[in-house]
Amino acid sequence: MKTPTDLLYSKEHEWVRVEGEIAYVGISDYAQSELGDIVYVELPEVGEDYEVEESFGVVESVKAVSDLYMPISGTIMEVNEDLEDQPELINEDAYENWIIKVKIADKSELDDLLSGKEYQEFCAKEE
Amino acid sequence: MENLKKTPLYNVHKELGGKIIDFSGWALPVQYEGIISEHQAIRNAVGLFDVSHMGEIEISGGDAASFVQRLITNDISNLIDNQIIYSPMCNHDGGILDDLLVYKYNSKHYLLVVNAGNTQKDYNWIIKNSQDWDVSIKDLSNKYSLLALQGPKAEEVLGQAIDMDLSELQFFYFKPEANIQGINVLVSRTGYTGEDGFEIYCANEDVAKLWDLLLNLGKDFGIQPAGLGARDTLRFEAGLPLYGNEISEDITPLEGGLSFFVKLDKGDFIGKEALLKQREEGLKRKLVGIELERGIPRQGYRVLLDGRPIGEITTGYRSPTLKTNIAMALIEKEQATLGQEVQVEIRKKVFTGKIVSKNFYKRKK
Repeated sequence: MKTPTDLLYSKEHEWVRVEGEIAYVGISDYAQSELGDIVYVELPEVGEDYEVEESFGVVESVKAVSDLYMPISGTIMEVNEDLEDQPELINEDAYENWIIKVKIADKSELDDLLSGKEYQEFCAKEE
Repeated sequence: MENLKKTPLYNVHKELGGKIIDFSGWALPVQYEGIISEHQAIRNAVGLFDVSHMGEIEISGGDAASFVQRLITNDISNLIDNQIIYSPMCNHDGGILDDLLVYKYNSKHYLLVVNAGNTQKDYNWIIKNSQDWDVSIKDLSNKYSLLALQGPKAEEVLGQAIDMDLSELQFFYFKPEANIQGINVLVSRTGYTGEDGFEIYCANEDVAKLWDLLLNLGKDFGIQPAGLGARDTLRFEAGLPLYGNEISEDITPLEGGLSFFVKLDKGDFIGKEALLKQREEGLKRKLVGIELERGIPRQGYRVLLDGRPIGEITTGYRSPTLKTNIAMALIEKEQATLGQEVQVEIRKKVFTGKIVSKNFYKRKK
């Protein structure tokens, strides 16, 4: 399982890459592996505001439907439209293929996220 | 997972990287490599399932033939020895207790192969109804292991090692005693995938050896071990019902698209009166296929017609073979016409679809 150390993680298995006031959000390698073959990603509307822990979309594997949760509060600036036709990109590389680009509303919320090492320990307990 | 029943191959599945889940109280792999890759291996080449969790109930004795005939809705009177038939088994209300295969050894000896989750219920039901009959009933489920070798290359793979000419074994026939490199098996040309294939029964102590042997024999053909995930997508595309999804005690075989397997003119059987009455009064619900342009329909989602609920999705997937979003659904009979436009409610949004044949996939002969 890959867990890059330059990213932050939520307990709902989203990763966050912070670039100034902006964050890219995707799902972790652990999450894609647990889900299995991903066949559909439901993306939010650009411009929408979401609170931390609010569901902003859905990822569907062959067998299961799973909600995507905001790791931080913010406004959707962009969605990864490649995923509309090729949702399997997330299985191929969960970190290369971000799902949403967010304008961060409150930077202090980043402190509540897990480091790569903490996330790895968290996943080990989930097993 | 501690309290779950395990097949003799449990550790083999774990070593192969199988992702173990709870299926009707059994610890079984939902997938190894991935559902889509396993699904495609079976559509295009060959795959191997451990289905040892299935139940096997033996019925023997002087009255075996007429007793089985009373238990099930299909007609076994024309079966010849070593032939197999599919049938629902109903309660007195016509509700489906289980769907099963009947293997006829001879008119005094039958084997019923039943769903794992229903084995105990079926066994109790059969015992309860056997009071006045000269039959002996045995639950052999713990004695048999069962592998399903499925896919267009299944005959070539198995043909390398079995002591019989498989081209002579027709669909829905079995050979009670065959031998695969020293292992005694019962082999039938049956399956639950919509492809050609075989189901191979053996003693528990032989199954690990047989599993390895079949995977080795299939290597050059692209064989993959396959889990319950692919088993479900494969049977679904082929329009085959799953007990608990399409059919249950709350549905009759007439509503569940299984009328072909109900022979109301064969003489008396359990549930006959209720089914005759339902046929006279007309069906209220029917199992149909639905295809959507967008949105993946899932079990339990509501089917609407102009905003009014008319039924529910029983199984739905993005089809790995057809790459379309399809479902089976139990809906009001009046609306169940091919081409009828309907809507499916997916997470509070409404998606348009149309009614299609539920035989989504048919293999090329």
